[in-house]
Amino acid sequence: MTVVVMYSPDEFGRVALSYGATEAARREERLVVVNPTKGDSYVDTKFAGDDELATLRAMLERLDVESEILHDVVPDIAGAVLHAASSTGASLIVVGIRPRTPVGKLLLGSVAQRLILDAECPVLSVKPDGSEDLLT
Amino acid sequence: MDSLNLLLDGFAQALTIQNLFYAVLGVFLGTAVGVLPGIGPAMTLALLLPITYSVGPDSALIMFAGIYYGGMYGGSTTSILLNTPGESSSVVTAIEGNKMAKKGRAAQALATAAIGSFVAGTIGTLLLVLFAPSVAGQVVKLGNPSNFALILLALFAVTAVLGTSRLRGFIALFLGLAIGLVGGQTGQARLTFGNPLLADGIDIVVVAVAIFAIGEALWVAAHLRRRPLDIIPVGQPWMSREDWGRSWKPWLRGTAFGFPFGALPAGGAEIPTFLSYVTERKLSKHPEEFGKGAIEGVAGPEAANNASAAGTLVPLLAIGLPTTATAAIMLLAIQSYGIETGPQLFDTEPDLVWALLASLFIGNTLLLLLNLPLAPLWAKLLQIPRPYLYAGILFFASLGAYSVSFQPFDLAILLVIGLLGLAMRRFGLPVLPLIIGVILGPKLEEQLTTSLQISSGDVSTLWSEPVAVIVYAFIALALTAIVVSGLRKPKPEAPLNEKEEVSA
Repeated sequence: MTVVVMYSPDEFGRVALSYGATEAARREERLVVVNPTKGDSYVDTKFAGDDELATLRAMLERLDVESEILHDVVPDIAGAVLHAASSTGASLIVVGIRPRTPVGKLLLGSVAQRLILDAECPVLSVKPDGSEDLLT
Repeated sequence: MDSLNLLLDGFAQALTIQNLFYAVLGVFLGTAVGVLPGIGPAMTLALLLPITYSVGPDSALIMFAGIYYGGMYGGSTTSILLNTPGESSSVVTAIEGNKMAKKGRAAQALATAAIGSFVAGTIGTLLLVLFAPSVAGQVVKLGNPSNFALILLALFAVTAVLGTSRLRGFIALFLGLAIGLVGGQTGQARLTFGNPLLADGIDIVVVAVAIFAIGEALWVAAHLRRRPLDIIPVGQPWMSREDWGRSWKPWLRGTAFGFPFGALPAGGAEIPTFLSYVTERKLSKHPEEFGKGAIEGVAGPEAANNASAAGTLVPLLAIGLPTTATAAIMLLAIQSYGIETGPQLFDTEPDLVWALLASLFIGNTLLLLLNLPLAPLWAKLLQIPRPYLYAGILFFASLGAYSVSFQPFDLAILLVIGLLGLAMRRFGLPVLPLIIGVILGPKLEEQLTTSLQISSGDVSTLWSEPVAVIVYAFIALALTAIVVSGLRKPKPEAPLNEKEEVSA
């Protein structure tokens, strides 16, 4: 069994990681950190670069749980997280919730919404509350 | 001071509210497409050609000139922040520029690129104003045999001098000449396959849009998902006193390299930017910094590429010979107004030419004002998902091709030549010789038939003028040099760079 965290190199990703790590430790389960990109733009700020990946690895090593990072180019972001969850038998998915403007809601889909609707396990949605700074 | 008065008149025309609006629009668009890798000023101009149906020639050309100069500025931003050159002319900038950015000096690299481009662009445009009219005055005296030789030289130079493989260059050139042959303008139906819709020939607008826009869109679609690149965050560009001290000499030297190379028939910015880089590395007082982010290595090449952009306008305006893809499309735009291009342009359309020249000064200044404060904003453009971007490009490409003659048949041609463009990218064929071939091929034929008509069929008329003889001798010399150097050291074939961005 695992705890799957939807990660991105910003406060939303870090707060998800923070809660995910706590849950994984409490449940004594493996932590799976997923950071996918669609790879269809030249720059994706939600995809960890080399430096950010090194920081993430350092953070995970300090934790007291077993962990792995999935860092891939995929056609569908939510699908990649759901696949990671079903293939590792996740007991929980943690996702950071982003505020969106009305125009943003009109134009863009929501990864968090798809995770909540389609996941076969409970989904914990969290907002930045200061606990994201505990990791660094 | 005849030129000065004409230039001032040009300023008066270019500074009207309407033309100023088009200049601002042009530099905005130009910078945007320059920032995005794969989308260059040539493709943008090709997509915007239909605008010439509804906008006056001065406004359209002023906007196009803004896009041309803007593309040069925008390319440097991507080179520095992303290490992916937006344009072929900013490949060299990436070498030192990206290293500077990684050292936390992105702001200074962007600043020296922008100010250097402004200095070089202004000096280059001044030289253009000084030289182009006198060159045109000389060329207009030449007869048809000399013009024939000059066009031949331009075709040869663009194909043989630029690019990595001459074989690939000549394949592209002959493809272009073949497309230019289609039609029955000479009274004889050639390559029409009995199709009446082909009898008028293939419109060059359709060819340009297909090769640049459709070819690139298909190519991107075939390589849609790529790992995103690390971008270096940047604030407001600025330079310290020391940076100014180290930058101003490379700016001037870069200009000195760029302008003459741009003005030669084998124009283009690749050679002068590279030469400028090598020179700065030799002359620098900080040679140890080269390879680790030396400001001279950004200042020189960036100045060189803008100066060469100004230089390429000399043969374009004075002789009617385009030497870069963007210049080729600008020539098309001028022709679509029914204006005869060539050395007589300065006499027949003085208002248009001088307004264009004045707008180059205005565009250059606008670019500096626009690019220094807005650099972080331009970098955000790189986050646009490619599907959205290319859907828009395909839409405008189809619209542009259809609006040429409102024939669905043109859309079929668009697709066929677009597939050719994709194949050319796949096999590393340069697109510039093809476009130049399509545009200059019919002109070459026209000059040939006119000279033979005048001499009533005597072929020796082709080498009856001294200029023609000199040009032929030059071509023969260059050919021999190529053959000799090819025989001496048979180099192993360089591996084809799959991800090579097309120089458009």
